[in-house]
Amino acid sequence: MTTHEVVLHPASVVEELKKNNISHVVWLPDSETNFMYQLLTSEPTIDLVPVCREGETMAIAAGLWVGGKRPIVLIQNTGIFESGDSIRGLGLDINQPLVMLVGYRGWTRRGVTTDSAAVFIEHILHTWGINYYLIETDEDADRISVAIEEADRTQKPVAVLVGTEFGV
Amino acid sequence: MIDNQEAVRVIDANRGDGVIIATMNANNVHFGLPTVTTKEQLDMPVSGAMGKASNVGLGLALAQPDRKVIVLDGDGSLLMNLGAMVTLANKTPKNLCHMVFDNGVYAVTGGQPVPGSGKADWEGMAKSAGYAATFSFDNLEDLSTGIGEVMSAEGPVFVHLRVKPEIENTPVQFRQRSSRTIHVAIRDMPGVLASD
Repeated sequence: MTTHEVVLHPASVVEELKKNNISHVVWLPDSETNFMYQLLTSEPTIDLVPVCREGETMAIAAGLWVGGKRPIVLIQNTGIFESGDSIRGLGLDINQPLVMLVGYRGWTRRGVTTDSAAVFIEHILHTWGINYYLIETDEDADRISVAIEEADRTQKPVAVLVGTEFGV
Repeated sequence: MIDNQEAVRVIDANRGDGVIIATMNANNVHFGLPTVTTKEQLDMPVSGAMGKASNVGLGLALAQPDRKVIVLDGDGSLLMNLGAMVTLANKTPKNLCHMVFDNGVYAVTGGQPVPGSGKADWEGMAKSAGYAATFSFDNLEDLSTGIGEVMSAEGPVFVHLRVKPEIENTPVQFRQRSSRTIHVAIRDMPGVLASD
């Protein structure tokens, strides 16, 4: 019997971004995606734009998009709650094809979810009519491409929930 | 203090082919976009998200490093998103000029004073945040004289403008709106930028 390494490596995520010609990652680090930092900073084709508060990310992405670039947002689910007005006004209202990679704090397949950041996030996305995909392992990473294609085609925000901690 | 539309007129006359990104107050026809500006196709009012004009400007400045991007912000708007000053300065966009129209009040909600009105040091905050150059003007004559230096300074540039409050008391849905909306700007701007 073979064992499966159930982990999502940063290289798998970055490969998906490169495959889709993502030019900028606008982000605020979080515990679910912190392992991305080293790889992203050393990737010459992607410019990292760090922010002070998550609501800035959608607005910066809007400017990049209008200017002809292909940004992606990388924040935690807690940041989605903070970003409500930006997602409404500079995502949904202007038909921005915005892909948001979202660290799924509190996500578990076992037991009872007690973290309200996890309890509410999918309800919030449903309320806004924002479609989303869950990625947990390297095998799921190609869902990032699915989300990017969907955002481009529908001209709407799409979320990718990162439901596991990255490997190194 | 400077009249709002007079300030916009001076900036517009010195913008070259720069894009003007204006805060949500620009959605009101009295702000001056596009009634007193002369390159409507390069005007982008950001009416959709409170306090995010400078973030949109940063994104556009990074995407179009050879084009001047001029953000017309409000004091109340920027106070909602002060961290944006640090975010902006950190990326050192040489082509970005961030102007704050300081009228001391929330003009679009009836004129209530903003926190720190008359106390907060905007130019000092910009220096501390790391802007490459900062300016402050409280009268039209000085602005008209200094605008050339402002526009030729290497960014990120911050400009504090002390302007007269123009209070709106009409409910939002009954206000006279600018013909230039964010939706029109976003639809047309990529083509305009590509063709210039």
